[in-house]
This record gives sequence, C-alpha cells and structure tokens, in this order.
Amino acid sequence: MKRHLLSTADLSRDDAVLILDTAEEIARLAARPIKKLPTLRGRTVVNLFFEDSTRTRTSFEVAAKRLSADVINFSAKGSSVSKGESLKDTALTLEAMGADAVVVRHSASGAAYRLANAGWSSSHVVNAGDGTHEHPTQALLDAFTMRRHLGGFDGRRVTVVGDVLHSRVARSNVRLLATLGARVTLVAPPTLLPVGVESWPCDVSYDLDAAIPGSDAIMMLRVQRERMNGGFFPTQREYSRRYGLDAQRMAKLPDKAIVMHPGPMVRGMEISAAVADSDRSVIVEQVANGVSVRMAVLYLLLSGSESAIGSDEGQAQGHAQGQGQGQNQHQNTEPKGAAA
Amino acid sequence: MSTTYLIKNASVLGGDPQDLLLRDGIIAEAGALGPVPGTVVIDAGGLIALPGLVDLHTHLREPGREDAETVDTGTQAAALGGFTAVHAMANTDPVADTAGVVEQVWRLGREAGHCDVFPIGAVTVGLAGERLAELGAMADSAARVRVFSDDGKCVSDANLMRRALEYVKAFDGVIAQHAQEPRLTEGAQMNEGELSGVLGLTGWPAVAEEAIIARDILLAAHTKSRLHVCHVSTAGSVELIRWAKSKGYPVTAEVTPHHLILTEDLVRSYDPIYKVNPPLRTAADVEALRAGLADGTIDAVATDHAPHPQEDKDCEWAAAAMGMLGLETALSVVQRTMVDSGLMSWADVADRMSVRPAAIGQVDDLHGRPLAVGEPANLVLVDPNAKRTVDRTGLASLSQNTPYQGMELPGAVVATFLRGTATVLDGKLA
Repeated sequence: MKRHLLSTADLSRDDAVLILDTAEEIARLAARPIKKLPTLRGRTVVNLFFEDSTRTRTSFEVAAKRLSADVINFSAKGSSVSKGESLKDTALTLEAMGADAVVVRHSASGAAYRLANAGWSSSHVVNAGDGTHEHPTQALLDAFTMRRHLGGFDGRRVTVVGDVLHSRVARSNVRLLATLGARVTLVAPPTLLPVGVESWPCDVSYDLDAAIPGSDAIMMLRVQRERMNGGFFPTQREYSRRYGLDAQRMAKLPDKAIVMHPGPMVRGMEISAAVADSDRSVIVEQVANGVSVRMAVLYLLLSGSESAIGSDEGQAQGHAQGQGQGQNQHQNTEPKGAAA
Repeated sequence: MSTTYLIKNASVLGGDPQDLLLRDGIIAEAGALGPVPGTVVIDAGGLIALPGLVDLHTHLREPGREDAETVDTGTQAAALGGFTAVHAMANTDPVADTAGVVEQVWRLGREAGHCDVFPIGAVTVGLAGERLAELGAMADSAARVRVFSDDGKCVSDANLMRRALEYVKAFDGVIAQHAQEPRLTEGAQMNEGELSGVLGLTGWPAVAEEAIIARDILLAAHTKSRLHVCHVSTAGSVELIRWAKSKGYPVTAEVTPHHLILTEDLVRSYDPIYKVNPPLRTAADVEALRAGLADGTIDAVATDHAPHPQEDKDCEWAAAAMGMLGLETALSVVQRTMVDSGLMSWADVADRMSVRPAAIGQVDDLHGRPLAVGEPANLVLVDPNAKRTVDRTGLASLSQNTPYQGMELPGAVVATFLRGTATVLDGKLA
C-alpha cells in the first residue's frame, strides 16, 4: 500500500484484495458485542470536510472510533474558493495539531492529491471525494459488497448508469473493478459521458435496456439537481424513461443480479422506490460495509500492511516504513510533460 | 553625455562577427572597427546580436495589482529577458479603457526606463463586452495606442467584434482577440481531452478557441480590417490561420513560449503553477505550434507574462489564478524549442520576436529595425552556449509563478540596449 489513498488507480490488485480481505476480517469482529479494537489508540484521525456529507463523514468517524483513534471533525465550510481559510492554512493547522491521518472531502478535483503532495502536511491522506475526480473508499465498499454477493470479480459484469461525467464514484469504480478483473459497462446519455471515455478500461453504451440482461450488478448514479437544468438532457421525465431503473427493467436483470446505489438517492428519478426497496437492492448493506472498508483502509495506512491486527510493534515499524515510502514517492512524482 | 559602447565581434543575427558602435542612441558605425577613444568596449565574441525583443502581450498589473507586479519590476524582467519594448495588456484595475489610464501606464514606463511600454487599450468598457471603449481617444493620447484587446476575456459578441474591427481602421489599429467561446468554456480548468476526463477537471475544448478564430477571420476578411489572434494554442487554430493567410486576409497570430514547450501532462500534478489560459495542450498541438511558428504562419512569440502572488497559486487547482511568468525565460525557451531543434535560425528568432511583433504593434519606426548604421540602437546580446537553471527566487519579477523552476534552459541574455543605453550588462540590470 502507498502512504495515501488518493485514487483507486494507485491500488494494485494485491493492495485492493488486501483491503477487501482486511475489511472482511474486521466485519466478522463487528458481529461481536464489543465492536471496538485498540489498534489505533493514541492516533488522531481528522475528518476534514469542505463539502457537506453527513453519511460519508459519519462512516469515517465510526470507522476511526471503532479502531480507538481520536477523531476530530473539522468542518471547513467554505474553502478558499469562497474566500474562507485556504486549504493550505487548514493543512498547516492540522499538521501543527499532530494529525496522523486526514480524511478529506473537497469540491475541487485534486484537493486530496494537493494536500498529500504540496508539502503542507506529513499526515496520511485519505480521499473522501474530490470534486468530480475520485471517491476511492466508495469504490472499495462497492467492490466489497459485490464480492460478497457475486463471489468474486473475474468475468462479472457490472453496469454503471447515470451521470458519469460528474461522478467521482464512477471514476473510482471503473479503475478499481478493472484492476480486480470485472467487466464494466458505463451507460449514460452522450452528454453525461466525459470526453475520452473510450480510452477507459470499460465498455460504453447509450442503451440501458441493452445492458440490463447481461448485468451481474447494476449501479445507479445520482443525478444532481443542478445538472437537471444544465441542458444535459431535456427533462427529468425523459431521463427517467431512458436511464431510470424501474420495476419493469429490474425484472429483466439476471436472477442473482444486485442493484446498487452510492446514495443519496433521488427516488423516482434514477431509481424507482419499488426498486430501491426491493430484495435485489443492497443499498443499505453498502452503507454498513462502508464502515468495515474504511476501518480497513485506516488500519492499513496507519499501522502498516505487514502487521497483524493489534500488534503494537508492527504498527510502529509500519508507520516508519510508510513515511519512508512517502518521501520516495514525493521525489518520484516529478510531473512529466515538458516536451524536449 | 551618454556612454558610447563599442561592441566587438558580435554575431549579428547569427552571422559573421562584426563590430557595432552605439552612440547617441543609434548604431553609429558597423563593420570591422578599430579602437574608438572614450568608449566602453564589450567583447561580444561568441554572442549573438539581435534587435531588441518586442513583446505583444505583457501583463504589468499596474494599476491595481501592485502586489503581483509593477510597471517598474515588470519592465526590469523584460530588459533581463532581452526586450526593449512590451505591450502592456489592458486588464488592470481600473481597466485601461480610457486615455487617462493608458497615459498613466505609458508614463510609468517612461519613468522606469527599462524598456518602452506601449499600452494596449481595452476594446470594450471595463472588458465587459457590451459597448466599445473610447478607442479613438486612446489612439490620440500620448500613449498612441494602436493595439486593442479585452485579453482575459473574449469579444464574443459577433456584432461588437465586427464594429471594433471596423472602427479601428480610422487610425490603423488592430484588434487582438482572446479567442475563447465563453459558453463552451464555462468553469473550464484544463485542456479538454482524455486527461481532463481522468482528472475530473472541467475541459476547455480546442473548438472553443477555433470557433472564435474561424469567425474572426471571416469578420476580418469582411471588414478588411486587421485581426491579431492572441496566444494560439491548438493545431486546429494554426490550420485556420494558415488558411486565412493563404487567402490574403489581414490576420496575424502569436504563440506563447509555454505553449511551445509544456504539455497538459503537467496537470497530473494538480499543481496550479501549470494553470494557464488558454490551457496547456497536447504534444501534437505543441508540434503544430512549433511548425506554424517556423513556417511563419504564426507571426510572433508573445510571452503572456502573467504574474500572480503566491497565495493565488498555493492552493487547490480550481481556486488558483490562471497564468505564468514569461519575460525572463522566453528567449531561452525559444532557443531550446526552435533554434537548438533546428527549426529556426537566429534571423528567424529576430523576425518572430522583434521585427514582426513591432510591425503588428505599429511601433516598427522604433523597434524591430535592422542592426545597421543609422538605426536606433535597440539590441540584445545573447550567449547561446550558456546554460542556466531557473530559480524563481532570483527573478526580477515581483511574482514567482514560473513553470520552469529547476529546469535547465539554454542561452542567456548578456546585455540589452535601449536607444544606446544599456539596460542590462553582464546579465544584470545596468
């Protein structure tokens, strides 16, 4: 594992599987009456949220607390974009307070990358969603949920439907699922697909009905309200008719296929209430799995990947190694792009 | 009495060594000269002599953003970069849209004395793109404005652009267009392509530049007025301008040094030092721009020197200001990309960085002149064999937002002369 979790593109297959296996192990512990582990006692995890997201923040908070870390919720409403305190000053403040890990959510793509690489902070950085770039822990919990239901990834077909253009969830999922061996198909109106999507490791279709019968899992993306008036599609109703998942379409899914949604849902828009509440839907399970996966990520980043759960010696060693790797990584991130 | 300089053995435009005597503001003698009493002798063996460089596109930030740059510091940077004239862009605060503001900038330039400052006037009041500024008053002012631009913003209204082109014919002006279709670039952060999709940054598509250039070429042809295209950045734009020239339309264009050397791959770092407008493009675009500059389709290299204070770059990508420094590195970048690569001669460099920009800016009575007897002594001596590593803390500019930090670049400006007076000697301000 690298020092930070910024993008699913940074995860090797082994890294990803290690996170999922660790989360599986942690989930078993969660069934015990006392859910708390002493692993990160004395470590400080900061939830730095420049964007409101109660569900993601709470999930990380529960995850860190179950590992016995001290948790600080730093809700920085208004980034430097709106002339509040700058990302840099916030980072320096947290650094001075001795944060071991910073979980950051920001409206600007690349904010987590900047936090990790600009030299403002020596904390481990976990990207909890940056603009329209990535949301790696969401993809990991999605993969965790799929693996539980589908038994694995090789040859499994995952269809992701909706506003791919603005979706950090889609970007993280495409990369992670490709790494894990699943076949992904993106389905969206052409206006909601990014330029260059044909080079992504997935198939692309404009036709939801064609994709449904071959799907082992179907993931519906939220269409944000501000997009609805952006001229990306004519009307909400037309979008629902062409790209919404209703009971009729769900009936054409293969028998064991699951329905997923990263939330929050717009019922009646991309997903009908009947589908969201059906027994195909694993949406509530995704939320529960989020805690286990985030515990695994925090544990692996802060304790080092070699040590067993609860081994204090392993933690210290792993942490030192992690820092060394971080420095190397920083030196190696000299950007390319200067043409000779 | 001003100092008289005897420059020995300079390679004029890269040709055979000769001597130049600079006296009373002009090149008084040239050829193989013997000792001249009372002169300061400069050994220019191994150095190239070029006419003083002329920048068509400089942001000096004064008035309004003196924390980023002033006329004084910006023209120091210009002199160190080998420039004897810069055209100061209009997007100051207040905007240079009246005779009063352009005369102020012009006067500050004269007082600083490091190079000639020719103010550019805004096309529209407050750069708002709604109604024409008093172009005639700026043309008739002491600043003698001939270039008009809303740079930073596009004159996107086709009818307003038509009227602007028509109106400046009365005083042989030129409209320098910042070609950016606004609706196609709302919230744009970087070149639109495969990489913008991966990085999740809103794209700035080539078509947004090319659509405006195509329209403006047709408007220039229709009005028979002069159009200059600022900072051309795409292969498609080069094609359009090539076509316009083949038709004989009165269209000229410039390219920035950074678009000749840097590509969008740098944005992977999310470091806003690489954020600029128009954005860094692809390697294929860079190649097309170099070819267009070499074959003369693109008339000029213009720096788009855009100083920004540190806090406007030391932040997340979306919050950062667009623009990068250019004056002190322009000639080195051109040497590396165009001369050392064999695409252009030093005579071509003189043409693209002095002669043609002076003609476009209508200052060719003073700048971009041949290095010959009787001509104004505006020239620069360049050591093409020098190498230097760019250090942002060592720049004359008030700001430090150079994208070349730590990069080794060839060539060094040894001396710059403005009307026979040294503004730079031994690579330092004189």
